[in-house]
Amino acid sequence: MLVELVDAAAARGFAASVRALEDQRVQEVVPGARTVLVVASAPEQLAAVRELVGHVQPGAHARGSSPEVVIEVDYDGEDLDDVAEQTGLTVEEVMRRHSEAGYVVEFVGFAPGFGYLRGLDPALQLPRLSTPRPNVPAGSVAIAGPYSAVYPRSSPGGWLLLGRTDVVLFDVAADPPARLQAGTVVRFVPR
Amino acid sequence: MIEVVEVGGSVLVEDLGRPGWSHLGVSPSGAADRGALVAANRALGNPVGAAALEVTGAATFRVDADLVIALSGARVEVALDGTPTRASVLAAPAGTVVSLSAPRWGLRSYLAVAGGLDVAPVLGSRSTDVLSGLGPAPLQPGDRVAVLPAAAGLPTRERDEARPPSGALVMLDASTGPRADWLADAGELYARPWQISALADRVGTRLEGEPLERSMTAELPSEGVLTGSVQVPPSGLPVILGPDHPVTGGYPVVAVLTATASDVLAQLRAGTTVRFRRAGASLVRR
Repeated sequence: MLVELVDAAAARGFAASVRALEDQRVQEVVPGARTVLVVASAPEQLAAVRELVGHVQPGAHARGSSPEVVIEVDYDGEDLDDVAEQTGLTVEEVMRRHSEAGYVVEFVGFAPGFGYLRGLDPALQLPRLSTPRPNVPAGSVAIAGPYSAVYPRSSPGGWLLLGRTDVVLFDVAADPPARLQAGTVVRFVPR
Repeated sequence: MIEVVEVGGSVLVEDLGRPGWSHLGVSPSGAADRGALVAANRALGNPVGAAALEVTGAATFRVDADLVIALSGARVEVALDGTPTRASVLAAPAGTVVSLSAPRWGLRSYLAVAGGLDVAPVLGSRSTDVLSGLGPAPLQPGDRVAVLPAAAGLPTRERDEARPPSGALVMLDASTGPRADWLADAGELYARPWQISALADRVGTRLEGEPLERSMTAELPSEGVLTGSVQVPPSGLPVILGPDHPVTGGYPVVAVLTATASDVLAQLRAGTTVRFRRAGASLVRR
């Protein structure tokens, strides 16, 4: 079932509350930008899960304990000059605005550990490339629309590349395997 | 050990996937035709989710231990050391060459081994996820895969599923999706015939036909999606998500296939005509 909420923060809070129930009948709890997808472990469990979710109070789960991840960035991305040109800012100003903003992971998607980070300076909000690159290197720090993100591993991608980091954001041997999940607070620090 | 000798299409290791990690961006993955994987495992007395080979196109293997194997899914012609056999459970002594023809109908066959395949699990699953690259790489000639000791389970036989021949009209049961109201007329999805396009893999299957008209053209804020979700991008041509789908999507989901229909879809070739048929609601919006 897909539960609609007013905004991303409400969706994160609701998802955290459902997850905190640790109910075996719930297989997946996936926060989106304004929704939470709750997947039952089997079709015959759907009615029980619907009942369970119906009693969850959005926001009842404490939101004060968001983990913070600091990401050191070398601002030498391929699109840095283009971003400066498109925004009319200097390269230094682009770097300053990108690293001084505070970000929070709105939701995870596209690839394992790929967090959509909300909080980008409005002056840096640009459309993605019209033709995606076939191969964006792992660790690329990028922006597109209202979001910033870090590519956890190399993949095709159409976001504008500002720099790169050595921080490992997805590691199947780690617990949890992803450093970023909905609600994680992120800061970029120039290196 | 089982050694891959020839690969005509693709040979992947698949089990029932890695559910429970979608919130971290990890797709459920697993066998595209889950029912067929389970049937092959049951025929051997394996745990239902034991890892097996998901094979498209012709393929040849060599076993280097005495193994019992089972085949399910797409109908293929099987030969042991060149001798055709009609059995679906086969004893293959060490050294036997097992060859599978390209399917007579269907797309994906499953070759299970008593005990199940032993590759290193990633996040609780041995499945290859072609989108994210998690799990073992697609198998190539020369690759060898270990086999777990056979369990003491009793073999059980599935009822033979009647499967539609390729090229005929195939019905896909689908529940109403959470964004059905983004279509000008949600009934059109069910009323029109659709063709399976050549753009079909474990991530998604694009359909061809008369484009659907959307009543809402705004961009949908990204939200969680399921295997079997029928998305309608701005082109109006539906895309049905497979097991390696991205966990969130920005296109409205107007219907969701039943688990059985997702299995059927996994066996349909390009050019097959399908129609959607309404199933009971399974995805509701609150």
